[in-house]
Amino acid sequence: MAEASRNTLSMIAVSFVLAMLLAVYPISIELRWVRPEFVALLGIYWAVYLPHRIGPGIMWGMGMAQDVVEGTPLGLHALGLVVIAYICLLSYQRLRSFETWQQAFWVFVLVGIHQLFGNWVHSLRGNEAAMLLFLLPAISSALCWPVLVYLLDKLRVHYRIN
Amino acid sequence: MLSLVLVAMLLVLVNIYTNWLDPVRSRLNVVATPFYWITDLPGRFSRWGEEISISEENLRLQNATLEQELLIHKRKLQTMAALAAENVRLRQLLNSAEMIQDRVLVAELIGVSPDPQRHTVVVNKGSNDGVYVGQPLLDAFGLMGQVIELSLDHSVVLLATDATHALPVQINRNGVRAVAEGVGDLYQLKLRHVSNTVDIREGDLLVSSGLGQRFPSGYPVAEVASVVRDPGQPFATVIARPMAQMNRSRHVLLVFSKFDGES
Repeated sequence: MAEASRNTLSMIAVSFVLAMLLAVYPISIELRWVRPEFVALLGIYWAVYLPHRIGPGIMWGMGMAQDVVEGTPLGLHALGLVVIAYICLLSYQRLRSFETWQQAFWVFVLVGIHQLFGNWVHSLRGNEAAMLLFLLPAISSALCWPVLVYLLDKLRVHYRIN
Repeated sequence: MLSLVLVAMLLVLVNIYTNWLDPVRSRLNVVATPFYWITDLPGRFSRWGEEISISEENLRLQNATLEQELLIHKRKLQTMAALAAENVRLRQLLNSAEMIQDRVLVAELIGVSPDPQRHTVVVNKGSNDGVYVGQPLLDAFGLMGQVIELSLDHSVVLLATDATHALPVQINRNGVRAVAEGVGDLYQLKLRHVSNTVDIREGDLLVSSGLGQRFPSGYPVAEVASVVRDPGQPFATVIARPMAQMNRSRHVLLVFSKFDGES
């Protein structure tokens, strides 16, 4: 049992490190506006499928780690991810029974909320986005969701992550 | 849950409105560096691949163009020597301070801000190399920005195009002073409070004026791209295009200006 849980935790940790690498991978400024929020996507996935392991506390920690890595004000991503995790915790039973495309729509809403918090923090410092550009990652994240679910479902079954 | 949200909000506010967390951040940056180093690897490999697979013919061609370029620059330098000497003599006549050559440190870009709303870059020189907060950063074409965060072996530079950045400039042609502000667009700067009657034209070169004691004077900053004078508005709308290649330059210079020691 202890063996299995250690396996699970290490897989989750590895997945978050990979997500953060993708989140800081250098791309051109135009593409940076549409980069999916990989950490938030992964957080949603784990919070929906392993709600007994990944809750608001761990997501808060992940958000802090992402803030440190990305150099954003400490707490920016933590704030968004805590809220996402809480909503997932309330609705994971319904989310699991959804079709993938319906889940993708939920993901759009959740990442949109995450982005709203991010833009609010940026606007405190005078870096607010022009128009609704800050919502573009919500769209691209929703489009990435089916691929992510496909890959992570395979991983979860193969490594018996639970 | 609520407490986590409150803690996060408190941290955000402390982080934005005070500098209490700065020492903590510069410690934590050590954790962040490996991420930028790893994500830079593919780019480094591809450049390395290009370097070793370049054909001899191409190398010869490159060498020839470089030699030509060097010749042109050398010719310019010959007249520069005479001009510099003349400048010194004139300054002595005017009893003004001598121009001091700025000392520079060559650095390399190792990361860019993953966040499109924040224009920062990470360079591979830090406080171990004598870099200080507020130090100006240049590339081969013009001024890029200033250092805002330090750690031992790298530093974070705020680009002049960030929405929170402004720098004092003057028009090279006639010396009119202005303040160039970033607007959050990598290819645009905006001149603040330029009255409708000011002599400013498209194509004017803006150089740093040295006012504000932060940036050394005389470095090219931007070229005026458009001037709109609307009589109904109190000020003209002046948009300039930065000279520095904010999104392309890899090799950059950190300048130790005469304002050393003051921050």
